[in-house]
Amino acid sequence: MFALDNESIIGVQNLTKAFGNFVAVDNITFGVKKGEIFGLLGPNGAGKSTVIRILSTLTRPTKGTATIGGFDVVKQDNEVRKLIGIVSEKMIMYNRLTARENLWFFGTLFGMQKEELNRRIDELLELVQLTKWGKTQVGKFSTGMKQKMNIIRALLNMPQVLFLDEPTLGLDPQSTVEIREFIRKLNQEHGTTVLITTHMMSEADLLCDQIGIIDHGKIVALDTSTNLKNAIAGANTTILTLEIANLTPDLLTTVRALKCVETVSQENSSHMKIHAHGEGAFDSIIDAIRANKGNIISMQNIQPTLEDVFLHITGREVRETADQKIPLAEHPRSGHGFGNSSRGRGR
Amino acid sequence: MKMRGKTLMSNSLRIAWKDLIELFRNRLGLVMLILMPIFMMGMVGFIFPSNNSLNHVSVALINQDAGFSGSTIGSQVFLTALNGINNQTGMLDISNATTIDALKESVQKGDIQGGIVIPSNFTQCLLSGQQGTLIIVTDNSNPQISAAMQSALTAVFQQMGTMLAQQKVITLNPALNATSALAIVQPYNIQVEGVVSGHTSYFDFIAPGIMAMTVMMSVMTGLPAAISQEKEVGTLDGMMVAPINRLSIIVGKTLAQTARGLLQGVIILILASVLFGVHIQGSILLVFGLLLLGVFSFVGLGVVLTSFAKDQETAMMIMMTLMFPMMFLSGVFFPVQQMPWYMQDISKVLPLTYAADALRKVMVLGAGIPQITTELTVLIVFGVVMTAIAVPVFKRAMTR
Repeated sequence: MFALDNESIIGVQNLTKAFGNFVAVDNITFGVKKGEIFGLLGPNGAGKSTVIRILSTLTRPTKGTATIGGFDVVKQDNEVRKLIGIVSEKMIMYNRLTARENLWFFGTLFGMQKEELNRRIDELLELVQLTKWGKTQVGKFSTGMKQKMNIIRALLNMPQVLFLDEPTLGLDPQSTVEIREFIRKLNQEHGTTVLITTHMMSEADLLCDQIGIIDHGKIVALDTSTNLKNAIAGANTTILTLEIANLTPDLLTTVRALKCVETVSQENSSHMKIHAHGEGAFDSIIDAIRANKGNIISMQNIQPTLEDVFLHITGREVRETADQKIPLAEHPRSGHGFGNSSRGRGR
Repeated sequence: MKMRGKTLMSNSLRIAWKDLIELFRNRLGLVMLILMPIFMMGMVGFIFPSNNSLNHVSVALINQDAGFSGSTIGSQVFLTALNGINNQTGMLDISNATTIDALKESVQKGDIQGGIVIPSNFTQCLLSGQQGTLIIVTDNSNPQISAAMQSALTAVFQQMGTMLAQQKVITLNPALNATSALAIVQPYNIQVEGVVSGHTSYFDFIAPGIMAMTVMMSVMTGLPAAISQEKEVGTLDGMMVAPINRLSIIVGKTLAQTARGLLQGVIILILASVLFGVHIQGSILLVFGLLLLGVFSFVGLGVVLTSFAKDQETAMMIMMTLMFPMMFLSGVFFPVQQMPWYMQDISKVLPLTYAADALRKVMVLGAGIPQITTELTVLIVFGVVMTAIAVPVFKRAMTR
């Protein structure tokens, strides 16, 4: 289903990475075309970061191969390094160095010459409007400014492929929008191929040409955002939120027990969101609520989002509030992600 | 090949430059860097006992001398001599006690640290041609003070004994002068002469050791700390995704740590000679050469530790575990010869022992390269072996 072709600038074939007994990346295969924005979507611990670390030569795969621009990430790692830029979750910069010094340091490691590097630094600082902060130590920057620095650092060597690992994590809404705009601009104006990981469905929806949904180290779906959404809309799936005045745990349990219902989640004290499938699902849900003296105030049938796609495919929600047909009171809150938290983080 | 070596070196220098900028912009860290050797020297130099450090030891004196034919000349002479010597050295604070039981009780209470008892038959023995016995009561709970007091008092008694014997010899043979009489009583005289002239203190002993230790430790501990810190913060990835030789990371970091260590070494050297009166007899160049060789011998160990330490905390734990035995077993603070044989054996496999030894020979005794070839050989061999182990281990660890 995910066949590789010659157009792919990133080619991943049967890639597996195991840390001891824990398989972080489980036999995945996919390709990214030149000039594409490819999103790896999945909850924390799904193996997104590990994929990026392997592709950027930071970690060796246990099995399988990966190529960037035709170069093998293991055997020709230094060739690969010349083609790529990486923005990892952790900020790659030294707080006690100024913005310019940081860029200068990393630029020289790429073998860039003095004039060329100076020009490039001016250009990049201008691009993210940090020119007047060039001589300020990065430690004094705000998180948003730091993330901009983090991104332009990855662009020093004019990479053909840019890896972005959760680039908007922990940013305020304004910075988030700015960073997203910047990524889009980079892709459109310079034709940079972008591989971005995110656990935010909306971000993937907004940015990506292709989306790979990754869960427990496996790619479970790969297509454009629209196709993914259409796929579940046509799959006889009903998604609705109900506002109920007297929403009780008992009522939730009753609805959850229905055969047609896949998942139920409580949004707040009066709203619940239901995923169901099959003919007549809608009727049986309403009947069940009425039979239990549920007082329905309002009801909304929802257009599927990527989040629903994820839910449909994995049977779980990405957000932590998701539940998997388990009583709300016993829902585990600990751990990093969702669902089977005992698996820990894949890294 | 030559080209690659050049790129490796220039990338290493860039990384070292970056590390040093970070170091110098960290004000508090820099202050600590300078304060640490000052504290170390001051502390170690002043708390350990030197020759005349034992003073104001309070002792009680019990004079039970009953005399002989109405004369107590024996104890009188003894007391005069004791007071005379004590006035010069100020070693003892003498008080009087009445009974041995009272004296022992005072020791138990901690009021005094010991006592001298002149028995009732003291003069009688002396005047009837027998040895006079003196009793020293010591505090068993404090062996160090008790041993020091014992040896000091013994010296006093010896000196007095010699004086008495000298007088008696003259009485027996009035033809002899005082010098000849002394030669009969004590045929041997000891004169101490050092390899180099002048007075040396405990500082002369510890300064080279501390220097060697600081410089070498800064590489052994600084390297894993610096790399694991960058690993934790994430900046190491920034260097790892650059198309550079992995070795330049380790070489660059080592250069920076060496510079930091040498800076501390220089501070110690200046402090030692300005504040603590240490004279450097040998060549300064050789001193620095030795320090660099010491660094080289420790780099491999540092790199191996770096490869094993996943995070900074683990790195620090490993450091601490290794550092303490090294500090105390390498003869930096105490002479190796003082230790039991098995500890001396351990000491012989620690490179710091040889570095400290060689440095001491050069700084205090003015030795040159020919006198320290053994130490040099050991350091070079240790360095080469450790580096040979370290490089592949590091390369593997960096691409897990």
